[in-house]
Amino acid sequence: MAVTVRIPTILRTYTQGAAEVTGEGATLREVLQKLDADYPGIGARILDDQGKIRRFVNVYVGEEDVRFADGLDTAIPDGALISIIPAVAGG
Amino acid sequence: MRRKASLFMALASTESVSTSTPYDFGPAVALSCRECGARYALGPEFACIECFGPLEVAYPWSTGGELRADQVGEALRARIESGPASIWRYAPLLPVPADVAAKPNLAPGWTKLVKADNLARELGLRSLHVKDDSGNPTHSFKDRVVAIALEAARTFGFHTLSCSSTGNLAGAVTAAAARAGLDACVFIPAGLEEAKIVMASIYGKRLVAIEGTYDDVNRFCSELIGDPIGEGWGFVNVNLRPYYAEGSKTLAYEIAEQLGWRLPDNVVIPVASGSQLTKIDKGFQELIKLGLVEEKPYRIFGAQAAGCAPVSAAFKAGHDVVRPVRPDTIAKSLAIGNPADGPYVLDIARRTGGAVEDVTDEEIVDAVHLLARTEGIFAETAGGVTVGVLRKLVADGRIDPDAETVVLNTGDGLKTLDAFSAGARPTATIRPSLDAFRAAFPDNS
Repeated sequence: MAVTVRIPTILRTYTQGAAEVTGEGATLREVLQKLDADYPGIGARILDDQGKIRRFVNVYVGEEDVRFADGLDTAIPDGALISIIPAVAGG
Repeated sequence: MRRKASLFMALASTESVSTSTPYDFGPAVALSCRECGARYALGPEFACIECFGPLEVAYPWSTGGELRADQVGEALRARIESGPASIWRYAPLLPVPADVAAKPNLAPGWTKLVKADNLARELGLRSLHVKDDSGNPTHSFKDRVVAIALEAARTFGFHTLSCSSTGNLAGAVTAAAARAGLDACVFIPAGLEEAKIVMASIYGKRLVAIEGTYDDVNRFCSELIGDPIGEGWGFVNVNLRPYYAEGSKTLAYEIAEQLGWRLPDNVVIPVASGSQLTKIDKGFQELIKLGLVEEKPYRIFGAQAAGCAPVSAAFKAGHDVVRPVRPDTIAKSLAIGNPADGPYVLDIARRTGGAVEDVTDEEIVDAVHLLARTEGIFAETAGGVTVGVLRKLVADGRIDPDAETVVLNTGDGLKTLDAFSAGARPTATIRPSLDAFRAAFPDNS
């Protein structure tokens, strides 16, 4: 299933500067695996050594923070927009 | 903008830090990742390219660099004490040039440390002070952090100041931009308190209400910054965050200096993103390291509203990660469901022997009344959170009544009138006659 992945500025060195790339997968885990296959090394920036989403990375599927859903097992609808965003301070 | 925001200049963490930055950030020497220690040249960056960890400002005293004689001990203390009655007296400890006070800014800080004997008596404490930051130019502690971010924005050549805000920050940013002659565009969640909306819009800058929570606003801003729209924008709590956050250290410096250059035993601090609490701890550690205060143990307590208590919940559960929540509380300035510095708050509370606790909205309102009734200080709801948590901690024995405690009030009650208006009405409404007064108050009390 084709999805759009929005890439934060600090990871665009992996995507040759692209702010959005096309991805694929039925779950977030699969999308990130495909992303790493297409852009080698990017996966290790998003996931830690244990394969979990790094604690200073927020991932959204559409409007939903995946920590409110099923994390890496979150189902990805066809055509979804996935955003990877560094955590930022408060206001 | 003199430098592209995407340009990273990582230095191996084992190398000595380059000080050959083109920018004048006073004593600051580099940015350093709080998670993995990777170092970067000073620039408008906020997240580590290695691990996404937050970047913070590094100084000679945090990197093992050499210090001049006037950067430590008595000589440093004398420099500070001869400085202006604002945060700029601490310029030698901040990422700002030495002449920062001469540039147009709101000169915040040096707010009162109120000896709160009446409240202490009511709570059964020997010694209590309220650090009352409602006395800042836009009536919240946010003026401190924004002043540092403003200077960084000028240094990087940004033309527009921006932020995601729970209300207080938006007013602080628009006011600072007005004073400095910069453009501003600030973002808040729709549904904030009326006073905060008025305060943020009165300075004639763009105020944009986003349909969603603060966390939605934050996410929006994070995406905006990567878009060409955000080119030349300094988001005080995003790409200027390392500099901005340092402003909260001045709360620690002021508390210590106003106590006579010593640290308190306990400090109760509100927790929204958690940044303020972590920087107060950093400030205390710096004061010890630079010989400005005697080293002693201190306990740091975090305070949250029960309707948005992800850090308190993690503390109580013994977790070191914070699970986000959807906020629902009258303490809107603390309504951050996904607090970026939450894990560090947990580390600090545990390291210092403190705690993170929360209070209900009813307890918040009650605590605001208590502080107002005993000390003549009208706090915003966030101040009710800290005072309410203090009361709870004393009641269950987690704060030693014989110790010296400081509780923070970070904003003015006039900004959150809606929360109190029902319980704060005229005692009586009468005709303008003595008889009417006597009838209303037969005992004259």
